[in-house]
Amino acid sequence: MNKPFAITLDVGSSLANKTGSWRTERPVYVDRLPPCNNACPAGENIQQWLYLAEEGNYEAAWRQIMRDNPMPATMGRVCYHPCEGACNRAHLDKAVGIHAIERFIGDLAIERRWSVKVEVASSGKRVLVVGAGPSGLSCAYHMALLGHSVTVMDAGPAAGGMMRFGIPKYRLPREILDAEVSRIESLGVTFRFNSKVSDLDATMREGGYDAAFLAVGAHLAKRAYIPAGDTSRILDALSVLRGIESGEQPLLGRRVLVYGGGNTAMDVARSARRLGASEAIVVYRRTRDKMPAHGFEVQEAMDEGVLFKWLSTIKAETEGPGGEGTFTVEKMKLDEKGYPQPTGEFEEIKADSLVLALGQDVDLSFLSKVTGLSVKDGVVEVGPSMMTGHEGIFAGGDMVPAERTVTVAIGHGKKAARNIDAFLRRTTHVPAPKHELAGFDRLNTWYYSDAPATVQPELDRARRASTFDEVVGGLDESNALFEARRCLSCGNCFECDNCYGVCPDNAVIKLGPGNRFRFNYDYCKGCGMCAKECPCGAIRMEPENI
Amino acid sequence: MSGPQRVKFYQTGTFTVGNRLLDISVRSIQSDADRHNSLNSGHRACQGCGEALGARYALDAAMHAARGQLVVANATGCLEVFSTPYPESSWRVAWLHSLFANASSVATGMAAAMKVKGRTDVRVVAQGGDGGTVDIGFGCLSGMFERNDDVLYICYDNEAYMNTGVQRSSATPPAARTATTPAVGPEPGNVFGQGKNVPLIAMAHGIPYVATASVADLRDLEYKVARAMEFRGARYMHVHVPCPLGWGTPTSDTIKVARMAVECGLFPIVEAEYGEIIGRRELRQRIPVDDYLRTQSRFAHLFSSRHLGGRDEARIAQMQAIADRNIARFGLMSARTAEKVNA
Repeated sequence: MNKPFAITLDVGSSLANKTGSWRTERPVYVDRLPPCNNACPAGENIQQWLYLAEEGNYEAAWRQIMRDNPMPATMGRVCYHPCEGACNRAHLDKAVGIHAIERFIGDLAIERRWSVKVEVASSGKRVLVVGAGPSGLSCAYHMALLGHSVTVMDAGPAAGGMMRFGIPKYRLPREILDAEVSRIESLGVTFRFNSKVSDLDATMREGGYDAAFLAVGAHLAKRAYIPAGDTSRILDALSVLRGIESGEQPLLGRRVLVYGGGNTAMDVARSARRLGASEAIVVYRRTRDKMPAHGFEVQEAMDEGVLFKWLSTIKAETEGPGGEGTFTVEKMKLDEKGYPQPTGEFEEIKADSLVLALGQDVDLSFLSKVTGLSVKDGVVEVGPSMMTGHEGIFAGGDMVPAERTVTVAIGHGKKAARNIDAFLRRTTHVPAPKHELAGFDRLNTWYYSDAPATVQPELDRARRASTFDEVVGGLDESNALFEARRCLSCGNCFECDNCYGVCPDNAVIKLGPGNRFRFNYDYCKGCGMCAKECPCGAIRMEPENI
Repeated sequence: MSGPQRVKFYQTGTFTVGNRLLDISVRSIQSDADRHNSLNSGHRACQGCGEALGARYALDAAMHAARGQLVVANATGCLEVFSTPYPESSWRVAWLHSLFANASSVATGMAAAMKVKGRTDVRVVAQGGDGGTVDIGFGCLSGMFERNDDVLYICYDNEAYMNTGVQRSSATPPAARTATTPAVGPEPGNVFGQGKNVPLIAMAHGIPYVATASVADLRDLEYKVARAMEFRGARYMHVHVPCPLGWGTPTSDTIKVARMAVECGLFPIVEAEYGEIIGRRELRQRIPVDDYLRTQSRFAHLFSSRHLGGRDEARIAQMQAIADRNIARFGLMSARTAEKVNA
């Protein structure tokens, strides 16, 4: 035995001492649901595509978006971004400008001609989509990717629905819309325009369709009864917007009243300014905070010189001596429940025209021969799978009960497509279970540095009043990347190495880029430091079964 | 601090251990999948031990700077006891333990031996807890400084003799309850006195490099070890390492508590060269000492005083005064931080 004095044992490593046996709680890696993903009506995995964009891997980010939403460039412009309303970063400084990054990625995809391919075998099934609006386009896209043969029929002359005939160009340039539609078309989707479906039953039979998705939208303008003289100057908002899109110049005159408080009212008032109206006045029966229009649209309208007349209803139109119209307006006041009540006080406003923007109804006449449908409050009822009461006929978008936005419509299209696919294959679509929400209290925000939001350049305000150029500019690469990197990655590991670094027992194994980490339970003592110091709340401590 | 900020960080993960968006060459040593792990798994430190973590942070950085040519002398204390129960060792460095008081003297001898052998590539580190450094080994340490021996001495300060059951050391903060300063009587806990501020004493020796650091700020700690290794001669680092057992904190809160100690001003992070302070880590989110003291049961008597029937305002104010003095003395608040705190 060749050992130093008084030494009898060989030197050993402490690795023989499995300290994992001390543990009463074990750390477990989890994925929690980021609030942005939770809020997205189109079901985008926003956190994931931002993660990819942060690396500058914009194509991968775009492909991630395209798994849920075929129109990122459009969406980045017209979506009211509920994701940003939910963003945890708002508690720190300002929400991540998700829509601006999505738009940047979407535009880049168009510029670089990135495309998607159908990667499954043809199912041999034929699906009819009625309506080429956002919901119909989304459904057609997803159905095509799932291997079905899709025909989209639309009463109008081009695809886009409300995106083309409702949303003005200064919010959505048409070349963007066209590029994203043509990408869907290139998947083999057949479009038939100027083909109004007047009898769904007959069309289904003649075309030999196995299922149908209805997304005709809501295009019938709601009217208000306003007694008027012989030469009425009352128009409805949708026909004005549609007229502008078709190249007509609606005769609105120099002084235009717009009646209503929704986004359509803002669109019309702002378009009227661009068509040369010196005054565009929005008349609304309640107050600004009760307006259904989104705050930023109201603000942009105000910035452009649109005037507002709150707490007012229009009662009648008479013809003035000079041939101009005179509108009688009654003042309102809000009762204790917040409803407007007439005051009996009247005033007269002179104007060349009045545009009604009071909402829209759905034209359901083409469904008259379809059995089993249930219509309530003017819209078609659907089940959780988006299927109507008639087997094989699904519906979505503005014609079903839901919030009427482009993004909700896109979400309906995707959801319906997955269910139609299951219906055609005689299976059931089971959506993946939702993870628990990654609320702000799950985060350790110490680890995020201050980074103010990047403001999109706004078109010079003076220019806006005369052109239909896009008002809000895009981000360039450097500030899109900056903005993407403001994401906190709520609830999902972003490989910051904190757990790996702070473990006093070296019990976290780093698996390399993209592969995250693994716990070595042989040595983990369960102190919980990794969970506490995880910036994004992706580690949970669970009681050990002892 | 001039050093760590030179790295251009991005918006997310700036203060985290790693950052996948950074070039590998500027990432922290601890984020490396092949880091040395100088202190191996299986050591017997308590759950959530700040000292075990601090020692791995510091020695991995020293190993990196010395390209693996490192010898370490260790004073008696927790660090020695939990890492080397005979015949096991957790150390993956050449390591030697002799006595409680003499780690710096042993290291001096190692440095002398390496010099004689012409092995200038081999660097020497001595390390110990606050007991072995500020009390028992203080004479040897001061001698090592005075002779300017080529040793980096690292003190892991957990503010009491934890290994033997939480007895007071001269690094124990005022008012803290320990086994030898119980929270009883009209003046509960440790006395309010000057204590012994070894970083300042080390600076008074005029040695090449002195720095304080915290386990809560890895990038700063790694930078300072690397900087210290650039000098020859006596260098001293004082690393703040919370002890969940002795301080009465949850095992998961070690880093959080260390961070709060820095952000309230009680543990100032500074660096000095040849006796002059050349850098400080400014507070990022200043907090009142209240918030820090409340996290630890060793200060619980300040918030439920039997004598006063509630908060011991006078002692809390005294603690705040110490923090305020540190902040003013070392310039820990930039105009920007002050603005944020006042807002």
